[in-house]
Amino acid sequence: MLGLNKKDTTLLLVVAILTLCAPFILNPFPEGSALAQFNAGYPDLMQRFVIFGIFAIGFNILFGLTGYLSFGHAAFLGVGSYSAVWMFKLLSMNVIPAIILSMIVSGLFAVVIGFVSLRRSGIYFSILTLAFAQMSFNLAYSVLTPITNGETGLQLTLNDPRILGMSATADGSIPVTSLFGLEMRSTYQMEVGAWLFQFNAGYYLCAAIMLLAFYLAIRIFRSPFGMMLRAVKSNQQRMRYTGLNPRPYTLAAFVISGMYAGLAGGLMASMDPLAGAERMQWTASGEVVLMTILGGAGTLIGPVLGAGFIKYFENIFSKINDNVLHSWFSFLPDGLEDFIVTIVHPFIGKGWHLTLGILFMLVVIFLPGGLVEGGQRIARLFRGKKTANTSKTKTEPAE
Amino acid sequence: MDAIILQILNGLDKGSAYALIALGLTLIFGTLGVVNFAHGALFMIGSFCAVTLSKILNLSYEVVDPTKKDFLGNPLKVKMPYVESWFGTDMGAAIIDWSVPLAILFSIPVMICIGFIMERGLIKHFYKRPHADQILVTFGLAIVLQEIIKYFYGANPIPTPAPAVFKGSFDFGVILGFDPNTIIYPYWRLVYFGFAALIIGAVFAFLQFTTFGMVVRAGMADRETVGLLGINIDKRFTIMFGLAAAVAGLAGVMYAPINSPNYHMGMDFLVLSFVVVVVGGMGSLPGAVAAGFLLGVLESFASMNQIKSLIPGIDQIIIYLVAIIILLTRPRGLMGRKGVMED
Repeated sequence: MLGLNKKDTTLLLVVAILTLCAPFILNPFPEGSALAQFNAGYPDLMQRFVIFGIFAIGFNILFGLTGYLSFGHAAFLGVGSYSAVWMFKLLSMNVIPAIILSMIVSGLFAVVIGFVSLRRSGIYFSILTLAFAQMSFNLAYSVLTPITNGETGLQLTLNDPRILGMSATADGSIPVTSLFGLEMRSTYQMEVGAWLFQFNAGYYLCAAIMLLAFYLAIRIFRSPFGMMLRAVKSNQQRMRYTGLNPRPYTLAAFVISGMYAGLAGGLMASMDPLAGAERMQWTASGEVVLMTILGGAGTLIGPVLGAGFIKYFENIFSKINDNVLHSWFSFLPDGLEDFIVTIVHPFIGKGWHLTLGILFMLVVIFLPGGLVEGGQRIARLFRGKKTANTSKTKTEPAE
Repeated sequence: MDAIILQILNGLDKGSAYALIALGLTLIFGTLGVVNFAHGALFMIGSFCAVTLSKILNLSYEVVDPTKKDFLGNPLKVKMPYVESWFGTDMGAAIIDWSVPLAILFSIPVMICIGFIMERGLIKHFYKRPHADQILVTFGLAIVLQEIIKYFYGANPIPTPAPAVFKGSFDFGVILGFDPNTIIYPYWRLVYFGFAALIIGAVFAFLQFTTFGMVVRAGMADRETVGLLGINIDKRFTIMFGLAAAVAGLAGVMYAPINSPNYHMGMDFLVLSFVVVVVGGMGSLPGAVAAGFLLGVLESFASMNQIKSLIPGIDQIIIYLVAIIILLTRPRGLMGRKGVMED
């Protein structure tokens, strides 16, 4: 189907079903029950899942296939956000032109940065991309304030021109982002028994775009172009001897992944029309690296899994506090209960980053292929040794 | 002229910090071949050594001071640091005042221990793995270390003053024959620069003039041959890792009065010191030091008003701009060795 082989079609269908039914799947616990805090089925978080999914898919096209580790990808995300918000300010509140512009602008950025950075490889490439990203971040904070609005971040105001739309709604407030009149924040709520399911227009737009992006990524992975990118990763020298120049291929991969990042940034601004420079900081670039590695670089589904995993646990862990812990461990004797709560305390709430760091180190040390490799190992364990050789799929762990 | 001298001086203290961190990074890279993203965290831990020592010295108990009374007329309780009661008031107060320099002694064993644990516990297992894996695992370690520090010390910067003797500024211009107050320079920064020069000199002397250093240099040039000669080069490299950690830690200790330690200072410095290492040339110790001072001075020049009005925003990006230009024109950096990190 759609030019995919059977396995990829199944994968795409599974992902499609999972994303489209996400409001149900992520809301397994009834409202008001003790476990309701583990629900993730509210629009804001679901949007973040898919948007960061797009970001990570794009990053994986560069890192997973060519092995070039970029530490400055957040710059494209930031540029995408800024251009989308400018589109909302100048043209209209429709999200389509904003998203298109954010992809074009970040693509142009990626051409320039990629052209320069790709002259070097290995750690030099990482440092070059990092340097470019930090430059954009610093400029966005200082000289470019007329465009980026500095520390406050770029926001919509009542006196923006909005040529094709209106500057303000009838009741004098700032109009909201929409897709041809369908408001991005409009949410259809469905109550089934004790459950409350929320279907958000913005989420479904992001999900549809993510599926499209995912489909494109599959096509790239399976195409001759994808093969070339793998060749760049495994042995550039030999590739050159064959008479092929790796530069255009890596540059194309860099631009594609930059456009994915810009798309993610544009979507982020479409869901919540503001853009700040902190999205471009290098820690944000580090985050997408974490997502991709955690999920499994070089695999198709890995980055999406990693993005969902990190965003979900970030949300859940930050919500848990000592009271919640006490209620969990209340079955233990008092002294032991306090002891356990004291031990767990540094890892929850604001300490989420500590958990993330430890988790990340464990993954890099023991599971270089990320969650996907973990899943494969478990699957192999169950299937027994007979299929051990065949179950070693094409999803090679990245280096 | 005086403005130029002032900017050079201003650049020197930041440049010394860059140079010290980059020196440690290069030592680790040159000996073990590991790209250590956790090096900034070591710098930060050094700073927090100073904080810890000044907190320990300030541990106090309450005594009733019969000579003072509070506003109700009751005898006032004053805090009496243990140090003061042990060594007498004057001596104790002096010790507390000098907590940052004393922290140098305190931090060296701490940092060497941390360095050993890091190398033996984690980094040893990553020699054979690709550089990307090394970057990633040390990046994770940096996050963990910084979060641990945040958990114990909080997220706010902790002011750690220098000894009272070094407060105030030094009128540098008078010596050079300018008018008074044209070139003034805080004493502590002068101390920092001197200290950095001392450490850098000591490291170079250690590598150049001791047998141990000679073996290490030989190992950096050709690890296998040195191993074949029956020398346990791994053990020496571990010691070098401890030494690099100590250098980063000392840089952090002395930087505490200049910039109040906070948990993310390591990350802030890490990015810049990596740029410094790359500009200097991976694996070249003199290159790292030279590039550190060069970039520090360039940065302070770029923040001059005359230059800022000429090219707006240059002060924010100068370091990265220089790095990009150098990497594109001189692929090995300023003094890079051939065959290092070229894949």
